[in-house]
Amino acid sequence: MAETLTIPAPVRTADLSWREGEPILNNRCPSGDLEKRWTRHKDSLRLVAPHNKRKLEIVVVGAGLAGASAAATLGELGYRVKVFVYHNSPRRAHSIAAQGGINAAKNYRNDGDSIWRLFYDTIKGGDFRARESNVYRLAEVSVQIIDHCVAQGVPFAREYGGYLDTRSFGGAQLMRTFYARGQTGQQLLLGAYAALQRQVELGNAQVFYNHEVLDIVVEDGRARGIIVRNLITGELHRVAAHAVVLATGGYGNAYYLSTNAKMSNATAIWRAYKRGAYFGNPSFVQIHPTCIPQSGEYQSKLTLMSESLRNDGRVWVPRTPGDKRHPNDIPESERWYYLEEWYPSYGNLVPRDIASRAAKKVCDMGYGVGPTGRAVYLDFSDAIRRLGREVIYQRYGNLFEMYEEITGESPWETPMRIYPAVHYTMGGLWVDYNLMTNIEGLYAIGEANFSDHGANRLGASALMQGLADGYFILPYTIGDYLATQLFVKLSTDTSAFAQAEKETRARITKLLDIQGKYTVDEFHRNLGKILWDYCGLARNASGLRQAYEQIRVLRERFWKEVKVPGTGAEFNQVLEKALRVADFLELGELMIIDAYHREESCGCHLREEYQTEEGEPLRNDKDYAYVAAWEWRGENEPPALHKEPLTFEFVKPTIRSYK
Amino acid sequence: MRFTLRIWRQKNAQAPGHFETYEVDGISPDASFLEMLDVLNERLIKEGKDPVAFDHDCREGICGSCGLFINGRAHGPLPNITTCRLYMRHFEDGSTITVEPFRAKPFPVIKDLVVDRSALDRIIQKGGYISVNAGSAPDANAIPIPKPVADRAFDYATCIGCGACVAACKNASAMLFTAAKVAHLALLPQGQPERRQRVRRMVQQMDAEGFGHCSNTGACAVECPAKIPLTAIAQLQREFIRAHLTPDPYLR
Repeated sequence: MAETLTIPAPVRTADLSWREGEPILNNRCPSGDLEKRWTRHKDSLRLVAPHNKRKLEIVVVGAGLAGASAAATLGELGYRVKVFVYHNSPRRAHSIAAQGGINAAKNYRNDGDSIWRLFYDTIKGGDFRARESNVYRLAEVSVQIIDHCVAQGVPFAREYGGYLDTRSFGGAQLMRTFYARGQTGQQLLLGAYAALQRQVELGNAQVFYNHEVLDIVVEDGRARGIIVRNLITGELHRVAAHAVVLATGGYGNAYYLSTNAKMSNATAIWRAYKRGAYFGNPSFVQIHPTCIPQSGEYQSKLTLMSESLRNDGRVWVPRTPGDKRHPNDIPESERWYYLEEWYPSYGNLVPRDIASRAAKKVCDMGYGVGPTGRAVYLDFSDAIRRLGREVIYQRYGNLFEMYEEITGESPWETPMRIYPAVHYTMGGLWVDYNLMTNIEGLYAIGEANFSDHGANRLGASALMQGLADGYFILPYTIGDYLATQLFVKLSTDTSAFAQAEKETRARITKLLDIQGKYTVDEFHRNLGKILWDYCGLARNASGLRQAYEQIRVLRERFWKEVKVPGTGAEFNQVLEKALRVADFLELGELMIIDAYHREESCGCHLREEYQTEEGEPLRNDKDYAYVAAWEWRGENEPPALHKEPLTFEFVKPTIRSYK
Repeated sequence: MRFTLRIWRQKNAQAPGHFETYEVDGISPDASFLEMLDVLNERLIKEGKDPVAFDHDCREGICGSCGLFINGRAHGPLPNITTCRLYMRHFEDGSTITVEPFRAKPFPVIKDLVVDRSALDRIIQKGGYISVNAGSAPDANAIPIPKPVADRAFDYATCIGCGACVAACKNASAMLFTAAKVAHLALLPQGQPERRQRVRRMVQQMDAEGFGHCSNTGACAVECPAKIPLTAIAQLQREFIRAHLTPDPYLR
């Protein structure tokens, strides 16, 4: 039996350190009337004439909703676009898996929706940790997104009269969510993918398949290109561009188990960070309450079940810890409906973060069910009795089928088992109002940036933001920068390119030369467990200090004991994974530092020390109403914290009450 | 559970391939087929051997990355499912399972079970879209579309681009894939202006890539994880004939 890799708890922990940097005072947000800001800003941006657009090269990394929509639109404008994807087709990015829908302030329902209301809900949902200017603009362009997607042929759900249908979603009191059955992300992505393919056919865009970005090249504070690895041949290539757009998604896979796709990774944004781009709010990670739990050590990912199930399902665990009886054999009196008991007014419909934290709590107390003890029951028997099978089938039939397909158990007969899982990262590269990082010419869009969701994202807003950035924001703002780059001659024959390529090659060689005894997945699972236990649903100072030490030990051992078979000059999936995990091991540390430094509870970030007597999160607007933008200061140097103050001129931050 | 695996190993596109046999034991019936391969690969890495390359990503049946030919069927023994959604409890304990890549001339092998399916993207490039630029769309409700039409268009639009239809077809035809897109857009009012040239150009590209003609046996629809109905192909045939036999009202 081979040894298993474990990282023991440290004997002693030191305090975490970081350095205070200069505050960020210019985020390029316009001032004045909120509803006129974006319009006035657009009018003030520099333009590039059509004949000059043809001379400008833009690199777009990633082809999810944000990347594909941006690349297609930039191609339509006439720029030369090069898209790099590590997938074998630009249609495979994880946006494709989004189920629920996309918000837009269309007010087709005549139910009183407006741009203001969508703006307000998003700011409040984010627990007042996002910029007013950005969020208002997002709500404003949401309307255009629906128009454009319909014109592309996206088959949104319709009513019998032929007009678009909408539904309500996650806490909103309005029906503003457009959807295409349970596959909204797929349909929107295929729309953007097709638009991109059109630009390929027209010769404006090129898509490089099976190419992974391993470094960002920065010269004199400006992004000048990327280093990519051809995943099939293993060759490294230098690519120069007038601007670089990162649309590489979130970093939820740092936790190993998440609802993200297996290849989703942080390498591009992490490499940008190490070249000087600031990383905003890295610890802001959304954990979704209703996912199919882990069933064994072999498990590779977690599958989300729509949270709408909590409308009719009752959550419970057995009253006796470790009760191994079949749930149907446990009498009513021995079932603990803990949500209904703890939150009598909201019951099973408490918000995502509360439901997630409560499930963790009962499992920590030993009440969890299933083979691993990390699950709770979601029981529909009452609803089936009350409403009948037909009604429940209409509402949840497809979800019941999906659950049965995965677990082999029928929710009609046995309660579902659910557990929270990492789902989305609100944090990401810091960007200004133009979606540009602090490195000139380097942009981050979609989930890869930190911008619009504050400390918590509302359901059906991720698709909205990805497409807003790609179709309607970046194509305007990038011109303002490119207008200054018209006469720049691109070259990959520079010292910055040579240096970046050399460092990348060295990293690959080093990984291949270790030939230790543990697999990449063993390290990744350990990292995931540390982050999940100490930087997951609930965080506290001593846990974070412990996690910090453990991650450092884990990283050190990774670079001494990992085993990567094969060579760098071939198709080598383990090497790809090793490079990604190496970056997660560094990012994990920054997530810990960020979570540790923020001594308040806000949105997804619950610090156990900062709660009210009733256990509600306690926000601290006086000291923490800012974006934490972290700057890399070198190996073994503490990062620098740049605070971007958040001011609220139009909404008044209030306490989110769930009572 | 215990299995004997016969897996196709091929170093790269140029090298000849062959089957190799592996034993796996202690597999949970609740593990997916890909997780079973993960377990095998962890062991191979620890033994200093080359792990089996296979495509995968979302592992929830929607990205279309995974695609294995298992015991002679695309995505394995169950109909209308992706490999990542196939669980080991559907196999007999102790049985031998043969695993191959999707085989078709337009899908060259990259390594082991990984094939290049970019031919499908090149078919889409020839017209699998509506030519509209961002910013020029009218209000979304300006064009009402009857619900049954929208629902049918949706049924065709759910193709995940995995290529199982090609692998399942004895002619390696990409008809179901191409037809799904043609039918989706032909049904919608937005798709009308380019309707005729779309089908002409996409079918032309399909032929140029080396995909065969429809065998009319319907194996594709049995395996299709998105359950694209065979009626898509009937629609494609109608569109194709119409495009060739009637004048294009938009191209005078």
